[in-house]
Amino acid sequence: MTTITINGKDHSFNGIDPAMPLLWALRDHAGIQGVKYGCGVGQCGACTVWLDGFAVRSCQLTVGALEGRVVTTVEGLATATLHPVQQAWIDHDVAQCGYCQAGQIMSAAALLERNPSPTDDEIDAAMAGNLCRCGTYGRIKSAIKAASGAMTASALFYNAMEAEELSA
Amino acid sequence: MNQPSNSIANTDRRDFLKISLGLALSSTGSISMMSLASAEASGTLNAYVNINADGSVTIYGPNPEVGQGVNTSLPMIVAEELDAKWEDVQCEAAPVQQQYGMQFAGGSLSIPMRWDEMRKMGATAREMLCRAAASQWNVPRDELTTADSMVRHGPSGKSGHYKDLVAAASLISVPDEADVRLKAPADYRLLGKRISNASAEGIATGKPIFGIDAKVDAMVYASFVKCPSIGGVAKSANLEAVRALPGVIDAFILDGTPGPYNFDIRESHAIQSGVAIVGKDTWSTFKAREALKVDWDLSAASQDDSDSIEAEALAALATGRVEAEIERAGDVEAAFANAAMTADSTYSTDFVSHAQLEPQGVLVSAATSAVEVWTSSQTPVFITSNLAKLLDVTPGNITVHQLRGGGGFGRRLSNEYIFEAALISRRVGAPVKLQWKREDDMAFDYFRAPTYYQLQGAVTDDGQLVGWKNLVAAASTDGENANYGASYRPYDFPGKVIPNVVVEQSFVKSQTPTGAWRAPISNVYAFAEQSFIAELAHKAGQDHRAFLLNAIGDKGWIKEGDMASLNTARARATIEAVTKAAGWGRKLPEGHGLGLAFFLSHSGHIAEVAEVSVDGKDITVHDVWVAADVGQVVNLSGLENQLQGSVVDGLSTMAAQRISIKNGAVVQSNYDSYPLLRMPQSPRVHVDVLNSGYRPTGAGEPALPPLAPAVCNAVFDACGERIKALPISKEGFKIV
Ligand code: FES
Ligand code: FES
Repeated sequence: MTTITINGKDHSFNGIDPAMPLLWALRDHAGIQGVKYGCGVGQCGACTVWLDGFAVRSCQLTVGALEGRVVTTVEGLATATLHPVQQAWIDHDVAQCGYCQAGQIMSAAALLERNPSPTDDEIDAAMAGNLCRCGTYGRIKSAIKAASGAMTASALFYNAMEAEELSA
Repeated sequence: MNQPSNSIANTDRRDFLKISLGLALSSTGSISMMSLASAEASGTLNAYVNINADGSVTIYGPNPEVGQGVNTSLPMIVAEELDAKWEDVQCEAAPVQQQYGMQFAGGSLSIPMRWDEMRKMGATAREMLCRAAASQWNVPRDELTTADSMVRHGPSGKSGHYKDLVAAASLISVPDEADVRLKAPADYRLLGKRISNASAEGIATGKPIFGIDAKVDAMVYASFVKCPSIGGVAKSANLEAVRALPGVIDAFILDGTPGPYNFDIRESHAIQSGVAIVGKDTWSTFKAREALKVDWDLSAASQDDSDSIEAEALAALATGRVEAEIERAGDVEAAFANAAMTADSTYSTDFVSHAQLEPQGVLVSAATSAVEVWTSSQTPVFITSNLAKLLDVTPGNITVHQLRGGGGFGRRLSNEYIFEAALISRRVGAPVKLQWKREDDMAFDYFRAPTYYQLQGAVTDDGQLVGWKNLVAAASTDGENANYGASYRPYDFPGKVIPNVVVEQSFVKSQTPTGAWRAPISNVYAFAEQSFIAELAHKAGQDHRAFLLNAIGDKGWIKEGDMASLNTARARATIEAVTKAAGWGRKLPEGHGLGLAFFLSHSGHIAEVAEVSVDGKDITVHDVWVAADVGQVVNLSGLENQLQGSVVDGLSTMAAQRISIKNGAVVQSNYDSYPLLRMPQSPRVHVDVLNSGYRPTGAGEPALPPLAPAVCNAVFDACGERIKALPISKEGFKIV
């Protein structure tokens, strides 16, 4: 048995092959289907999730090796409101078929967590592992910039509030 | 307010009977009257429109959604005429039923095919709501106006929400078609605006809306292993050993149907022979494949070798082998004899896979005579009849649910994976979720056919293109008919524009299945034609743009009012717009080049310009400009997305996508050996939509064909090298 924290809840995988990729454990045994199968060999990024906060390819991780680890999927990204990256994806009408987009969103959100104001080259580098067969790269880039703006603005606002509170 | 459109749970709960009442349109687009007078009061106004008690409006999209945006754009057309408040509209996939006519996604046809029908559905529902209000308020119908899901009576100040009028409206008999007024385009509030995909939130939050997400109780999982050499038959396998593997429920051989596997999406329910592995989850079936050993009978298997096909095709062109004539006009020999300048050039393209991101998969419940299918097929309309034959059940006992497809591009037009799943489900007596591996998808595609065109042009001394010859070498299974997508179809240009034209073909044997791939034939022929016209312009010492405009001429409509036909004014407008946007003729940075191409396919007049720089064999595509005329704009955001995506897809395909065949089997297996363009390689794309006001036509395909020639023409402009084979990786070029 392997217990993994998925989107904030512990999930125990019982009686399944420990060599099963996390992708299929999530899809077939944990009811988490936002994560998608595209290639199974680490080439497309459709299966991207966060492992302890880092974007990883869930088709390349075996479930048995993840005891106690923390997994976040696109279903767990929103809090009370949508994550700014999700909101930007909707506002910029990024998706065509949409099949790659959960993976794109997880890669983009992971990028912005660490680098809230990435340059074009940094966006290219962070997103190069996520294929979009429909060719939505231009919109993905615009959406990342918009989300970056929103996140930076809210961080500034938050910092300003904090500063005000401290000085009061 | 917009809900994810294709949720399985919703479809299950829906009252199918209710929406099957109301008015239905025949496929010709005329309304057949089905009086609702005896129906009970309800929220349903017709097969497409339901006004819900909470004020939201459900609009059913009849055609499959595979990323082309029709489950947003078609409901938008209804909503426009209905004057529904868009924020309150829920777009839902319609069930697959006869009353919804041709439920398929192909040929960029959804919008043009449904344009009249969707408008009439919205307008008729609106008229019924107005009549209900008029009688309730005892006011003249003509004094009523509608907007934002409300009916208003100006003189009295009365107003009512659709939700409060629909019960009465649903009891009114359907108005005569003549009494239903459609809006003038100037009055559109919604059409032409940028509207986000109706499923945008579902996609961004990971809702289970795709074909791969379908689930039902007690379902089992399956993988199906076919012979790598297409058409090979499973004789025996170590089935006992496979059945004993952990997680495996059963393993058995399906005999299949003998090939060749023609692209017959209407009639065929053929499947290839193979071994089905059924398990308790997807992974168990995938893992068991590693232990599976099959003895294949290769006597009927394809022995194709793509290198030999190419060699034979090029030899046929070099020796001028002609076996059939496709098209002839004028006196071609005289035109060439009298020309001031002639040129010839041979262009070729390789087999290409669809590589849509969601591999084929389906859920089928065929354990009993009540059969149910959950699929992201592009041709749901053809599933029932074929399944009925295959399983020997009555069509009325088959229910097909449409789910969102992770890309189509023509791949999901054929339904063989559904027939595989149906046979497996029948055999194991449980609902079966069949999942093709990516490797299956790449090995057993209906590929884009390889093509070979030898073009010759004759130009007068005043620079007019007056003669055109095209000799095609077409892959053919029977040696007499070209395989799907392998040949040529008579286009208005050059056939009806250049005075002297001949197109002929010869055949090259090939058993590899081919089918429709985004803009069939146009996607390869445009590369040859539009590259060759640039070659002719260069050889004639003329500016390419001027030469192209001159060649297209100014005949106007080739066939008056036929949207699929060339309209030279529309063509010229796109070429003029795109060259203006790109700054045609401006001084370029060192090592840069500009290339232009125009093509009309699927009724879309599209011109593109690429700006590239070339460093050795490394090509950087910096910018691509697109000018598109697809008539009245429905959803501007969706349209722009298709144009942008077509550019990326076109570049992705021309860069290094190539399927090679050895011993009848596909060599490439996954995205590592069959690369898709990635973000760092993708250009800036600038789109210019020319709203010509003509009837709207589709946008899923027509922007792809001009991309490859625009880029290759730009490469020539930058470095003087003429690319004549796709993918460009064959000649050592790379998109960086
Ligand atoms: S499915 Fe994991 S990278 Fe493609
Ligand atoms: S939106 Fe279709 S693969 Fe990215």
